[in-house]
Amino acid sequence: MSQGTEQISAPAAPLTMAKAINAALSDAMAEDDKVVVFGEDVGALGGVFRVTDGLAAKFGDERCFDTPLAEASIMGTAIGMAVYGFKPVVEMQFDAFAYPAFEQVFSHLAKMRNRTRGAVPVPVVVRIPYGGGIGGVEHHSDSSESYFAHTPGLHVVTPATVEDSYSLLREAIDSPDPVIFFEPKRLYWSKANVALPARTGRIGTAAVRRQGTHATLVCYGQTVPVCMAAAEQAAKEGIELEVLDLRSLVPLDDEAIESSVGRTGRAIVVHESVGFGGFGAEVAARIAERCFYRLEAPVTRVAGLDIPFPPPKYEHWYLPDADRVLDAVDRAMAAG
Amino acid sequence: MTLLDLSARDREGKAATAVRPVWDSEPLRYLDEHGAPVEGGIRPTPALLDPGALLRGYRALRFARAFDTEATNLVMQGRLAVYPSCRGQEACEVAAVHALEEQDWLLPTYRDSAALVLRGIPAVDALTLLRGTWHCGYDPKQWRTMPQCTPLATQGPHAVGLGLAAKLAGDPAVALCFFGDGATSEGDFHEAANSAAVYQAPVVFLVQNNQYAISVPLHKQTHAISLADKASGYGMPGIRVDGNDLIAMNAVLAEAVQRARTGGGPTLIEAVTYRVQAHTNADDAARYRQSAEVEYWRRRDPIDRLGRYLTARGALDAAVEAEIDEECERYCEQMRAQFAEEPSYDADEMFEHVYDEMTPQLKAQREMLRAEEAAK
Ligand SMILES: Cc1ncc(C[n+]2csc(CCOP(=O)(O)OP(=O)(O)O)c2C)c(N)n1
Ligand SMILES: [Mg+2]
Repeated sequence: MSQGTEQISAPAAPLTMAKAINAALSDAMAEDDKVVVFGEDVGALGGVFRVTDGLAAKFGDERCFDTPLAEASIMGTAIGMAVYGFKPVVEMQFDAFAYPAFEQVFSHLAKMRNRTRGAVPVPVVVRIPYGGGIGGVEHHSDSSESYFAHTPGLHVVTPATVEDSYSLLREAIDSPDPVIFFEPKRLYWSKANVALPARTGRIGTAAVRRQGTHATLVCYGQTVPVCMAAAEQAAKEGIELEVLDLRSLVPLDDEAIESSVGRTGRAIVVHESVGFGGFGAEVAARIAERCFYRLEAPVTRVAGLDIPFPPPKYEHWYLPDADRVLDAVDRAMAAG
Repeated sequence: MTLLDLSARDREGKAATAVRPVWDSEPLRYLDEHGAPVEGGIRPTPALLDPGALLRGYRALRFARAFDTEATNLVMQGRLAVYPSCRGQEACEVAAVHALEEQDWLLPTYRDSAALVLRGIPAVDALTLLRGTWHCGYDPKQWRTMPQCTPLATQGPHAVGLGLAAKLAGDPAVALCFFGDGATSEGDFHEAANSAAVYQAPVVFLVQNNQYAISVPLHKQTHAISLADKASGYGMPGIRVDGNDLIAMNAVLAEAVQRARTGGGPTLIEAVTYRVQAHTNADDAARYRQSAEVEYWRRRDPIDRLGRYLTARGALDAAVEAEIDEECERYCEQMRAQFAEEPSYDADEMFEHVYDEMTPQLKAQREMLRAEEAAK
């Protein structure tokens, strides 16, 4: 990659995920003038989460600009620009407000390379702040990753750490394929000491966040800290949980999953989105296919409830927390 | 009982009601239905009336008709999976392609196969998709021609992106985007038009109002009298033109392309024309329209109109017609030969272009398919 040309700066203060994503955008734009950023309120305001803060001022309004409120048009414009040779990074303001762009994503973004027999790749990055836990009113807290992961032709990634948020976004912008980049908005203000520019691994690789021997917690995005907290608590009771952060849903790191669950013999898949037909079902099925004879307990899922994402006063009942994860761990431990 | 009875329109779409009594804007035209310059019509520049240029246009019309007819034959012989004909709409196809330069982008729909071959794409490549495979058959970047778009109006935002990209890159390239009349009801049409105007992107939106969306006539698609009127809502020029009059089409497109190229932003053109054939070979138009209506439009055929005009001016005679006949026949013969044999289909290739680098999961599925094939 391009690390050689970049100045590695020691962090003066801990960096938030929002700032790390901003730095990734800024560094990518500085390095390649074909990288353009656009979306709703991303210009002067810097986005409703301030993730694009300062980019318009730094690079000018031809490189970072506000669009009309038209998500299908934002997506389609990005596709056209990518065909012409640009590398658009577009922002969908919130998870549920990406839905108007579905047709452009599914019928064109995902298929263009294929339907042109490889002649027209569309290296577009779609940034989507997603998930609940921030007290958002309706339509502001969806976890919509399964819809995208179900669509061949897209890469789907979601960081859980500050370092990964920088690295994965740089990898996404470097990718010759479209990448849906889910930003766990609950973690925007999480902080870490990181030296940028960081590269933590290619798209398609999972990361073991904590090693353990009794069971594997498979998670991504906002449920990674939840699982880490659960693992810490379990350790006090002598149960060592491995925490596997998928970070890339497509491509999925089957080998990392198999290697971990094959060793621990127990798997609990944890995510915030609706459980029914959710991404955890895919992971659980793949574990069953690959690790069945090494399993000590049935694979279980801890997911959001099968209801529309609830309002602020109710979301604590919905969101998977460490206790719910530990209950599932207890059941898995009791099984074998 | 409705307040405004829109069924009371004649076949040209005129609404005879008290509230909206007239179809106020007759489309711009140069030729009348008999191919004579119409009184009070547009006044094209001398270059647009140059007999040599018009003869080139006439040849292209004839060529488009021959191609379309041959493709229709091929679908009846089972050589193509489906074919949406552009018969009767050839002036739109020809004018659009002739208005563009090499660096310009064309965004066709499924209806615009003729535009692809007019742009220079070999017929056998242009019809690849309709033959029943998964890719468009040509390199869109080589031909500056996007794959034919089927999800209605979704190509509109791509045109905006291509145009905006050209503008940001400082290139004098223009994107010309086809739509059908029905597609103007889609959200993407509106979003594209609005965005193009906001960005002042070099885009020409060309709506071929062929009066139908499969079986649904225009008055059930929109309450507006004219599709071109929509342009004012976006802050761009809207032009309504006789889509069966090549001279008028050329004039209107030349102006719109020039405006886009010189920084004047997008234009919406409504070309009033008619879909002479059924929607596709799979459709039965007798279920929703009268043959008298088709006859009415056949009398306004774009080829006959220009042919009569050129003949009256001595630019076209039986000898030239015979020459064109022969060229077309040679082209169609070649098409028949190329389609006589089915190409071989390679299952492996289905996996190759989903991603730049095949995922481990796709590799596993390719192996599964290979094993299945080997066991047969
Ligand atoms: C989003 C979407 N909805 C429905 C269809 C099915 N469909 C294909 S062509 C067509 C009619 C379109 O009519 P029009 O835009 O007037 O174009 P024409 O076929 O007359 O050229 C319909 C409904 C589609 N292709 N895409
Ligand atoms: Mg139509």
